Amino acid sequence: MKLLVPVKRVVDYNVKVRVKADGTGVETANVKMSMNPFDEIAVEEAVRLKEKGTVTEIVAVTIGPAQAQEQLRTALAMGADRAILVEAEGAEPLGVAKVLKALVEREQPQLVILGKQAIDDDMNATGQMLAALLGWSQGTYASKVELSADGAKVTREVDGGLETVQLKLPAIVTTDLRLNEPRYASLPNIMKARKKPLETLKAADLGVDLTPRLTVVKVEEPPKRQAGVKVGSVSELVSKLKTEAKVI
Amino acid sequence: MAVLVLADRSGATVSQPTRSAVAAASQIDGDVHVLVLGGAEAAQAAAKLAGVTKVIQADGPAYEHGLAEPAAALLVALAPNYSHLLAPGSAMGKNIMPRVAALLDVQIITDIAAVEGADTFRRFIYAGNALATVKTADAKKVLTVRAASFDPAPAEGGSAAVEAAPSAEDPAVSSFVGAEIAQSERPELTAARVVVSGGRAMGSAENFHLLEGIADKLGAAIGASRAAVDAGYAPNDHQVGQTGKIVAPELYIAVGISGAIQHLAGMKDSKVIVAINKDEEAPIFQVADYGLVGDLFKILPELEQELG
Ligand SMILES: Cc1cc2nc3c(=O)[nH]c(=O)nc-3n(C[C@H](O)[C@H](O)[C@H](O)COP(=O)(O)OP(=O)(O)OC[C@H]3O[C@@H](n4cnc5c(N)ncnc54)[C@H](O)[C@@H]3O)c2cc1C
Ligand SMILES: Cc1cc2nc3c(=O)[nH]c(=O)nc-3n(C[C@H](O)[C@H](O)[C@H](O)COP(=O)(O)OP(=O)(O)OC[C@H]3O[C@@H](n4cnc5c(N)ncnc54)[C@H](O)[C@@H]3O)c2cc1C
Repeated sequence: MKLLVPVKRVVDYNVKVRVKADGTGVETANVKMSMNPFDEIAVEEAVRLKEKGTVTEIVAVTIGPAQAQEQLRTALAMGADRAILVEAEGAEPLGVAKVLKALVEREQPQLVILGKQAIDDDMNATGQMLAALLGWSQGTYASKVELSADGAKVTREVDGGLETVQLKLPAIVTTDLRLNEPRYASLPNIMKARKKPLETLKAADLGVDLTPRLTVVKVEEPPKRQAGVKVGSVSELVSKLKTEAKVI
Repeated sequence: MAVLVLADRSGATVSQPTRSAVAAASQIDGDVHVLVLGGAEAAQAAAKLAGVTKVIQADGPAYEHGLAEPAAALLVALAPNYSHLLAPGSAMGKNIMPRVAALLDVQIITDIAAVEGADTFRRFIYAGNALATVKTADAKKVLTVRAASFDPAPAEGGSAAVEAAPSAEDPAVSSFVGAEIAQSERPELTAARVVVSGGRAMGSAENFHLLEGIADKLGAAIGASRAAVDAGYAPNDHQVGQTGKIVAPELYIAVGISGAIQHLAGMKDSKVIVAINKDEEAPIFQVADYGLVGDLFKILPELEQELG
């Protein structure tokens, strides 16, 4: 079974992002970029499924700038077999989903594993949108995936606990944090990854229109919270909560 | 044109985040309809919500567990009558609404924090570090609502009629197998007036129970940092943060939590924040109204006693 894993290049989660002074966005020049953490989990899951023998080939794809090749190389070093870069800037989830649909039609995977959300725009949408465009089943926020020849049993993190659904294949899965702990790529694997095939396409080659639907009117710093006071004891804390803050 | 809100059921009623979504919808248009999947009692509760003018109830096995594929198909069937389709940003809303949007060829806007106009909304990006105002060119709008940003619509005050949903196709590509939903007497995390959260420093699942005595006395929900959930001290649905739940209670007590930005993204709108941490340099103190530096294992028993 072939498997497709979309990975996104995002500002590293350790970077404290700054809003640009002119209010047009956040500062992304010269900041550390990484693979979206949820996508590392997606790649890891794919590699584990391949190690178990259910999956035969893993194709990592990204829609982004030329530099997003770095994230594809990371995916290849973790165990993906080949990679596709679709060059495009600033595609929205709907556009990304349309590109992915075109790639799915070309590659014919049985399963696509995405992250549940990208930690930059936090949209939490692309996987569900791709499932809709393909008319496939979806198992979002997965904390466990059991794959067989004709279906996927997915345990999902939902409000209040866990839910399990059975999906007909082909299907879309999105990863939650507890699905697995991604491996670090070893040096020999990083070297090997340099030789794995990486194809570059343009969105137009796939016949996809990426005209954005959203305009960013402005981006601002959210109101800042002021640090309060340190209290010296539990009794002082409780008395302040009662008489000053009046919340208990 | 009217606006439609997809409700999240909570037993025999609708969840508080659903009421927040109704409040957001009311800011867009005065004619607010609510769609309830399964749950006749919940539909009656939805009909009483202030501001709701009609309730649509969908019965049938396909809707009972809120499976995304049939729910999205139903919303698409209803969509021609509405300018906006909304849902709370709960696990259910986040699962279903992007699917609806893509079927309608619409770019969804998730987790809106403010309504600036019929086509302009505000939302947080980058773990709450930036607030973006976005305007959509799509004729129809599909949105999920960040509950912490909207005061819930009152549970009483409306008297809407309840009607049956039209039939829609069931793609029948998935089925519900089962659920492990914790039964708890405590308030729901996203609706609680007080939240007590524990972090990695709690050290074990047994120690995590130290928070319960305090939560009992305050009528609080219990939350956790990702580190505490990953370590198995607390269940996954307790996670507060960028990639967990967003809460904005009157009082948030963070115990043994360092204050990583991903955690702050989920709680910094709380009215009053208390931090208990043994490291006086911990970043959590930068957002705390009241900070207490010390060992939680000494402080928690004292606090429970002091609360009487
Ligand atoms: C208001 C707004 C403003 C924007 N402004 C800019 C801008 O100024 N500059 C700019 O470059 N972009 C911009 N974008 C695009 C943005 O960076 C994202 O690519 C897009 O919105 C996807 O949303 P998300 O990352 O939150 O997706 P989510 O739905 O949260 O992502 C979920 C998963 O989908 C997959 N995925 C998502 N995107 C990709 C991708 N590109 N390639 C491969 N897999 C992917 C990953 O598996 C990911 O884990 C903007 C988007 C919005 C909504
Ligand atoms: C993609 C991604 C998503 C994430 N999403 C989330 C999210 O949604 N929510 C979230 O919370 N995190 C999230 N994180 C993780 C986040 O970055 C932090 O790692 C996490 O919040 C740390 O949890 P903590 O504060 O419990 O642990 P730590 O950072 O280890 O802090 C423990 C604190 O306890 C204090 N302490 C230790 N012993 C005691 C004692 N005896 N008494 C008192 N204090 C003590 C220490 O001084 C320290 O400050 C995410 C990370 C990534 C990469």
